[in-house]
Amino acid sequence: MDQATLTRSLLYLDGINVTFDGYKALRGLSLTLEPGEMRAIIGPNGAGKTTMMDVITGKTRPDEGDVYFGGSQDLTQLDEATIAELGIGRKFQKPTVFESHTVEDNILLALKAPRKAIATLFGRAAADQQSRIDRILETVRLSDHRDRFAADLSHGQKQWLEIGMLLAQDPKLLLVDEPVAGMTDSETAQTALLLKAIAEDHSVIVVEHDMDFVRELGVKVTVLHEGSVLAEGPLEAVSADPRVVEVYLGR
Amino acid sequence: MRVRNIAALLFLTFCLCTGLIANAHAQSFEEALAGFTTDEYSDTDKAITELAASGNPRAADIIGALQDGRLYFNTDAKKVYIKDKSDVPQDAATGTPASGVSADDLSPVRLNNRLRRTVDAALGGLTLLSNDPGRRFDAAQSVFKSREESALSALDTAIGKETDPRIKRALMEARAAILASKTDAAENVRLGAIETIRARGDQDALGLLSGIAAASEGPLRNAAQAGIGAIQAKLALWNNLQNVWYGLSLGSVLLLAAIGLAITFGVMGIINMAHGEMVMIGAYTTFVVQEYIRSHNPALFGMSLFIAIPLAFVVTGIIGIAIERSIIRFLYGRPLETLLATFGLSLILQQAVRTIFGANNREVGAPAFMSGTFDFGGLAITYGRMWIIAFAIIVFIALQLVLRLTPFGLRMRAVTQNRRMASAMGIDTNRIDALAFGLGSGIAGMAGVALSQIDNVSPNLGQSYIIDSFMVVVFGGVGNLWGTLVAAMTLGVANKFLEPFAGAVLGKIVLLIFIILFIQKRPRGLFALKGRAVEA
Amino acid sequence: MSQLLTRVDRRAHIAILLLIAIAVLVPVLALATPPRSLFHLPPYLVALFGKYLCFALLAVALDLVWGYCGILSLGHGAFFALGGYCMGMYLMRQIGTRGVYADPILPDFMVFLNMKALPVTWWGFNHFPYALLMIVLVPGVLAFAFGWFAFRSRVTGVYLSIITQAMTYALLLAFFRNDMGFGGNNGLTDFKDILGFNVQSDATRAALFAITAIVLAATLLIAQLIVTSKFGKVLIAIRDAESRTRFIGYRVENYKLAVFTLSAVLAGIAGALYVPQVGIINPSEFAPTNSIEAVIWVAIGGRGTLVGGALGAVLVNWGKTYFTGALPEYWLFALGLLFILVTLFLPQGIVGLVSRRRTIPEAPRGGDVEEGKVDSADVPAAAR
Ligand SMILES: Nc1ncnc2c1ncn2[C@@H]1O[C@H](COP(=O)(O)OP(=O)(O)OP(=O)(O)O)[C@@H](O)[C@H]1O
Ligand SMILES: [Mg+2]
Repeated sequence: MDQATLTRSLLYLDGINVTFDGYKALRGLSLTLEPGEMRAIIGPNGAGKTTMMDVITGKTRPDEGDVYFGGSQDLTQLDEATIAELGIGRKFQKPTVFESHTVEDNILLALKAPRKAIATLFGRAAADQQSRIDRILETVRLSDHRDRFAADLSHGQKQWLEIGMLLAQDPKLLLVDEPVAGMTDSETAQTALLLKAIAEDHSVIVVEHDMDFVRELGVKVTVLHEGSVLAEGPLEAVSADPRVVEVYLGR
Repeated sequence: MRVRNIAALLFLTFCLCTGLIANAHAQSFEEALAGFTTDEYSDTDKAITELAASGNPRAADIIGALQDGRLYFNTDAKKVYIKDKSDVPQDAATGTPASGVSADDLSPVRLNNRLRRTVDAALGGLTLLSNDPGRRFDAAQSVFKSREESALSALDTAIGKETDPRIKRALMEARAAILASKTDAAENVRLGAIETIRARGDQDALGLLSGIAAASEGPLRNAAQAGIGAIQAKLALWNNLQNVWYGLSLGSVLLLAAIGLAITFGVMGIINMAHGEMVMIGAYTTFVVQEYIRSHNPALFGMSLFIAIPLAFVVTGIIGIAIERSIIRFLYGRPLETLLATFGLSLILQQAVRTIFGANNREVGAPAFMSGTFDFGGLAITYGRMWIIAFAIIVFIALQLVLRLTPFGLRMRAVTQNRRMASAMGIDTNRIDALAFGLGSGIAGMAGVALSQIDNVSPNLGQSYIIDSFMVVVFGGVGNLWGTLVAAMTLGVANKFLEPFAGAVLGKIVLLIFIILFIQKRPRGLFALKGRAVEA
Repeated sequence: MSQLLTRVDRRAHIAILLLIAIAVLVPVLALATPPRSLFHLPPYLVALFGKYLCFALLAVALDLVWGYCGILSLGHGAFFALGGYCMGMYLMRQIGTRGVYADPILPDFMVFLNMKALPVTWWGFNHFPYALLMIVLVPGVLAFAFGWFAFRSRVTGVYLSIITQAMTYALLLAFFRNDMGFGGNNGLTDFKDILGFNVQSDATRAALFAITAIVLAATLLIAQLIVTSKFGKVLIAIRDAESRTRFIGYRVENYKLAVFTLSAVLAGIAGALYVPQVGIINPSEFAPTNSIEAVIWVAIGGRGTLVGGALGAVLVNWGKTYFTGALPEYWLFALGLLFILVTLFLPQGIVGLVSRRRTIPEAPRGGDVEEGKVDSADVPAAAR
């Protein structure tokens, strides 16, 4: 373990192995994220991108390897709720929102506030709660839909709602899995703008297949392949890397 | 008294060995019979001994009748009669119906306790040399228990002639039993006898040695006590083995009940609360088959189960397919709703059977090959249980083969693993669903045929199995047939081992609590599958 | 206060007012009208409807966990029965010397079984406050212990349903045993009085009815406030997408544990009100079928609506009384058919028919299932 890198990093993954029924989904994956950094992750289908997020958020326990957050928290020992409370938020590849709640209630549930059962049962709402919800709905442009059931939203709107929930959580680190899948070009561009705005005061990891979108973000790119890092650097550099070309075009 | 008995038996032995001429036989036979007509205990005693010594083939029947209190005499005619089961007197000497004898003129030949022993010994001696090996064996066993010293010489003769090793051993053991408790025998003879008894090693041997240990001292006592220790250890082992056997037997019942569920619930993920009713319908199919056979062709009764098994499979299989097509297919992906709908179905099926066949237990008979017991070492094994275990294993293997080797099995696994992909590859997923559910139900029906042999066939039959079946499947790990097998056997054996300590009900409660706790530790069962599909 | 009341929807308003009305009206009609009068309510009807209201309370309790949090308990009958046994033990100890054996301390069945002293489990039950405490504690603690294990190890969906069923089955077997000291097969019966009033008298019956109606009304009110609070929204979130709820930081197991325990306590109270009105409690109340029947009341009335559960309980039991009197053969056919038809054609129940607002999400059919939603469909291949 590289102590210096560890203490400097916000997120530190080292030598992660994950096996499903004999299939190695992650093989010795290592990756570090600096505080305040935005990172794009690309890689062909099945490269292990989602699995990596599962490991970070406590859904999947690695067979081997270290996962540290903020230089000291060992994430492999914590459960999902604790990790979320530490300040790691996640948007899923398939949009998952609370279908039988209204758009507004979805944001309300995600809003940063005490999470204990006692608090939600007897606690009073924070004074600025409504204004925060309004602001977030504004940002993800769902103000007009606030009273609709999330189940009735379109696919793209659900994506936005999930991003809104992520904002409401106000995490230190955002893990965003394929945020623009199923969006139109203009929506994609707007999402890129939004993410860049978020990245100003948050750390972000974005997984995306859409190269234009990744180019738009203009950040350091990590290429995953078969469960480990194949290349890392600016998009121009990695897309010139013959191994990356091979992985993407050779099949 | 003893001495005379021995003498008589020696004489008997002598007669048999040397083959005295028939005439002499006949004469002593007639004389012996006359002894029964005096109504004096001492004469009766003599008569028994002489009769036994006469070597007449009727002797055993006559003494047997005396034992049962069916031997009568007429003082005037000085004749002896045997009353048969319907109270008709027969001439004891010939065994032919005696005409013109009124029952009023007959008085029974009386016995007292001492005479009864003479009778037992005489019968023992007679049957020790019987032509029927089964009777010889039984005679040896009864001598072992009675330890009648008078039988000793007959035993020696019998041992000399015996060719069947099993009976020979029984005879030797009987002889050892007599010698070991014979206080006037030489010590080394008695010690040798104790060894033989120890080698026999069953409950009777244990009782005998305990008696000897209590009544003697010195080396005899030590030898007897060592024997007791050895036998107890051995009996404990057999006892455990017997428990394992009972456990396997219970386990096979659980397996039969659960294995259909392992398909519908384990592989297809359908919560079928009407599963128990499929078992119940299988049992009623057996009942109907037997009724039909009874009224149409009783000779076929021995085959009734072989007819019922495929029929139950077809009947419940078709019902299963109908259920899948009419209800379950609308509820895929909604397991809790499926649970409720199939529970409703189970109520309907129960009530339907109750309306048709009545609420009471129905009598389902056991064909000859299913009844009876045999000993295996120290185990008592009932044929019925043994065949059920065998049947459970056969069903299990057959199911594995169907799933692994047939095109249907392949398609079924494809559909349950990736429905859309399978459908894209041209598999008719609807058809496979229906057939798979039919298969699971059909197996439940076959299980019902087996269970009809050991449980009450009533409309509630299925209910008593449904919770157990779910427990077995969940405990074994959903989607894993081997897990179901191991779970059923484990639970069966555990249950039988708990029973002596906790009683049947408490044992069951303990197991239920164990499974509840176990599921919490390993929510996916013993042999959990990992992976996305399971996790989802 | 007024702000709180806005959270009670119209359905619940109507139900609560109706219950308060009958709590007043029924005793008046039963006691203050002459027997011949058109408005007179015969006492047996009072007891009968009192029983229905107890079932309604059980249904509301069940709806709280199943309708709002997606926990399908097939063992709520056990909590109901435990509450009932606690009340039954109080009533038994009130009999005193009026029993057949006239033992001042030991109930008849104990004398009959040659017990010498009162088992520890029975101590204190001669005091009504203690009995009340136990009515809350016994089901509550059992549910808490059970849920603590189950929810922490994330037993969900049908697995949970099956082990709750095993729980009530184990209790059924246990209570059948004489040496448990709860009257074995026969249970507890032949009660004489409650708080000094004769349990059989018309006035006591009417009072018990009124109390049950008020308790049901209060439960509906409180439950309505709970499910509309943020806590309730989290419950619904758990029902819809359990793992998503975890990923935004809620400790799902604690929420489930809280609502499961609360629900069990309510079920216990329902059982405690039930026993003096029917005059007996025996192990058959633990039968798994009873618990499943309660689930169907909720499904028929409308899952996730609270009022629907109560309505379903009353309607189904009314039907049961009618059928078992008029066509006993057909009751199980009718009930079974009801199970099937409701799940197939009426997933929102009766209340769902009349209200446009969706109470539970449409379950996915065929095709793919979205992440999270599959949580409730916790079976391998069923996740289609
Ligand atoms: N729970 C699981 N059980 C079994 N296999 C799994 C599981 N999760 C992931 N895998 C396997 O691990 C590999 C990596 O999957 P992952 O979802 O991480 O890929 P990905 O990079 O996100 O792909 P995509 O771009 O398609 O989203 C795949 O082969 C997948 O089948
Ligand atoms: Mg992915």
